[in-house]
Amino acid sequence: MTSYDFAVIGGGLVGSAIAYGLARAGHQVCVLDEGDVAYRASRGNFGLVWVQGKGQEIPLYSEWSMSSASLWAGLTDELYDLTGIRTQHQAPGGVHLCYSADELSSRQSALESLSRATQGRFDFDMLDHDQLRQLIPEIGESVVGASWSRLDGHANPLYLLRALHAGIQHHGGTYKSCGPVRRIRPEAGSFIVDCERQQVHAARVVLAAGLGNRDLAPQVGLSAPLAPNRGEILVTERMKPLLNLPTTYLRQTGEGSILMGDSHEDVGFDDGTETHVLSHIAQRAVRALPALANTRVVRAWGALRVMTPDGYPLYEASETYPGAFVACCHSGVTLAAAHVKRLAPWIAGDTPPAEISPFTAERFHVQTATPV
Amino acid sequence: MFKRLPLSDTTCNRDVTITFDDLTVTAREGETVAAALLAAGMRNCRTTPVSESPRAPYCMMGVCFECLMEVDGVPNVQACQMLVREGMQVRSQQGARRLVHDHA
Amino acid sequence: MITHDLVILGSGPAGMAAAMTAAQHGLSPIVIDEQPAPGGQVYRAIETTPVNDRRVLGQDYWSGETLAKGLHHQNIDYQPNTSVWQLTRQRDIGLLHHEAASMIRARRVILATGAMERPFPIPGWTLPGVMTAGSAQILLKSSGVVPNAPAVMAGSGPLLFLLAAQYLRAGVPIAALLDTTPRGRYRKALPYLPAAVRNIPTLTKGLGLLQELRRAGVRHIKYVSALRAEGDNQLERIRWQTDGQDTWESLETSTLLLHQGVVPNTQITRALHCEHDWNEQQLAWHPRLDEWLMTDVEGIAVAGDGGGIVGAQAAAIQGQLAGLGAAIALGKVKSDEGNRQAAQLRQKLARETSIRPFLDVMYQPALQWRLPSDDTLVCRCEEVTAGEIRRIARMGCRGPNQTKSFSRCGMGPCQGRMCGLTVSELLADANQQSVEATGYYRLRPPFKPITLGQLARAAEDNQ
Repeated sequence: MTSYDFAVIGGGLVGSAIAYGLARAGHQVCVLDEGDVAYRASRGNFGLVWVQGKGQEIPLYSEWSMSSASLWAGLTDELYDLTGIRTQHQAPGGVHLCYSADELSSRQSALESLSRATQGRFDFDMLDHDQLRQLIPEIGESVVGASWSRLDGHANPLYLLRALHAGIQHHGGTYKSCGPVRRIRPEAGSFIVDCERQQVHAARVVLAAGLGNRDLAPQVGLSAPLAPNRGEILVTERMKPLLNLPTTYLRQTGEGSILMGDSHEDVGFDDGTETHVLSHIAQRAVRALPALANTRVVRAWGALRVMTPDGYPLYEASETYPGAFVACCHSGVTLAAAHVKRLAPWIAGDTPPAEISPFTAERFHVQTATPV
Repeated sequence: MFKRLPLSDTTCNRDVTITFDDLTVTAREGETVAAALLAAGMRNCRTTPVSESPRAPYCMMGVCFECLMEVDGVPNVQACQMLVREGMQVRSQQGARRLVHDHA
Repeated sequence: MITHDLVILGSGPAGMAAAMTAAQHGLSPIVIDEQPAPGGQVYRAIETTPVNDRRVLGQDYWSGETLAKGLHHQNIDYQPNTSVWQLTRQRDIGLLHHEAASMIRARRVILATGAMERPFPIPGWTLPGVMTAGSAQILLKSSGVVPNAPAVMAGSGPLLFLLAAQYLRAGVPIAALLDTTPRGRYRKALPYLPAAVRNIPTLTKGLGLLQELRRAGVRHIKYVSALRAEGDNQLERIRWQTDGQDTWESLETSTLLLHQGVVPNTQITRALHCEHDWNEQQLAWHPRLDEWLMTDVEGIAVAGDGGGIVGAQAAAIQGQLAGLGAAIALGKVKSDEGNRQAAQLRQKLARETSIRPFLDVMYQPALQWRLPSDDTLVCRCEEVTAGEIRRIARMGCRGPNQTKSFSRCGMGPCQGRMCGLTVSELLADANQQSVEATGYYRLRPPFKPITLGQLARAAEDNQ
């Protein structure tokens, strides 16, 4: 049985970013990935690198997102130099569209309080229809205005994942498509991971298996109360450049196709698509950009977000079994740069980034243990 | 390149006139745009959005999506699935479609 | 949304026969077809073809007339020019007709969506001037359109030889027939011959075709082992090697017609997440069907080549069987009477398909046509090469879905129809695992591109 410094369980965006961060620091890393068909949030991702509006309940999340967004350009260059793969990251700022005056003003007050909570580090502008039209000439008449933040951007999540995988291998890391992990056995201060097809031994283990963490975490003294939340996405045929900046539910990819969708459905482990949801996404898109009405949808998919009870991430080191960590979130693209450059060093032994202090599972225990 | 067989015309399908870019093409009612244009000597129907390489109809039965053309202003129509109509305006496509102000 | 008893998708031999059988048993089936007229591809334009010299297309083609006439039955609601963009496991069907989207629901669905030609990736296969033999045959049948200069035909399989014979009968010269059937195939197929003898007519017709080509003096080059289509922005020449020869031969031509057999079109059964099995003899995926041709999705059957290649005659018998099954399920036929009729149909079917193993082995495409060279485009839409697929496999990718997300292979408008088989086989080969274990693309609706405007309205109609 081969032995590694780290076994990272999960080859999606969270696991790959952490594994890449560990590998580039010289650690021997093995990524254990499930099969070709699995609940893969990383393949169904929308691709926003997004700050605007995040962290209203826990402002440190806004700081964590901003930190990652600011590290993204550097990560993109680094991965390109190393692997020749472009993540297509761009940070032209992003907008959230509003369809009524009320919506616009409540958006404004929410963002103002977020800005105050971050001592003004999160900043934004409100745009009226005409100002928005300067940015998006094709914007629909029914869009009253938008909030705009210079901090927002987007990237191709699939190329990011491929670049991370290539980067891990470039730094001597191992990638194994080994089927689902059956069991993690803590043994003499290290861990034996039983997969469907093989066993791996590692000094430390990182659980980054998305929804799979739910069953794995208790095996190493952690807890991961996660639930799936489905999002459906539509993608159109390729078009010449039309939309210069991303919005919360519409963006044009580097290839020219338009991606749309931000449904939130509580449907359990069903990652299919439903006609009425797709239809609703189409309606919203056409309302935002009426010119899209005659563009063709070439693909659609559903994917399951990895959600904690409050929607914020989970980063925790096991006290019972030192060397075991859990990491999960539903913003694997936005947070990828922070996971590479700030989370991985913590897992490797550095002091933890200040921003992640609220994100242990303890916050859920408190809620459930003290009924009012 | 293709041509029509010299057939004694016993079918009652009449001729229809369509345009292909700047050419006028005589087609037969009941046939597809792709068949009519191949019979009229069309070589390419588009260039690809990926590398702008030229393409022509390939499968003629709706599975390969190579015959995408602009028909009466609507881009990316499968020409092998679309029947000709009198006065139809068909255009070849260059690269990805332009969404707005196509023929301003 | 209106619920119908029976909706049949496709009006080739299986769809037409299924509709006729269902109608005879008192059902009122709806037949949806993307094509403008009945017949499917094998009987394409059967009611309208301008090729009126019956000798040209041959007796097999014209045998489709009876089936097409049957479609005019007053209880059959035949809807041509209508494509299906959605079919759910609950049998909600999304239709597109003249740019208008609508939804219907069905108690039973028979998928009779037939076959497509096996992707035949060679260097240069995307050049204008290169088409499939099947598409050339569609041009001939539907419009009487033929190559205006001698074409090169390359590949293997009955359809290729049939098209060559049809061209000869129509007086259309052929530059060369580059036959890729590997050496020793007769010997390999020989053990299956005794069974095939149960279907003498088909066997005799096949031999007759080859004789017809020989008599006409067609330049028939055997054991072709490598092919390249070349030209600057359009096909100018074809180059080839034959088995055991190092030298490349070459021929100037403006038209190359490729064919490497046909495979089931499983786009819809895949999107339904039906169970599929890899068929080693036909080297293709087959949806898993029971003796009534039912998939593992309740109420949905597959008749004809879409369930595994059986040929037009057998497809029609399967259509009858599926139509009968629907009639029993919907209470129009008592089950013991139905079982009796089904037993007869299954007997006929066994006789008709007895030739399949022989043909499957005889014309099984050689490895190099399924595992193309690194410089060959595999995904025509997103322009991904075989070399790129192999490179991704070396990164640890074991399945087509990860490969798709890393390379965009299969993400274009054809939704993997033209690359899916090749990608599964390339990955299986690179990873030294079975095709079965490698799997296939996970497909989802829309099966056909639908505009956002149409989709936006689909839900309103759905309320």
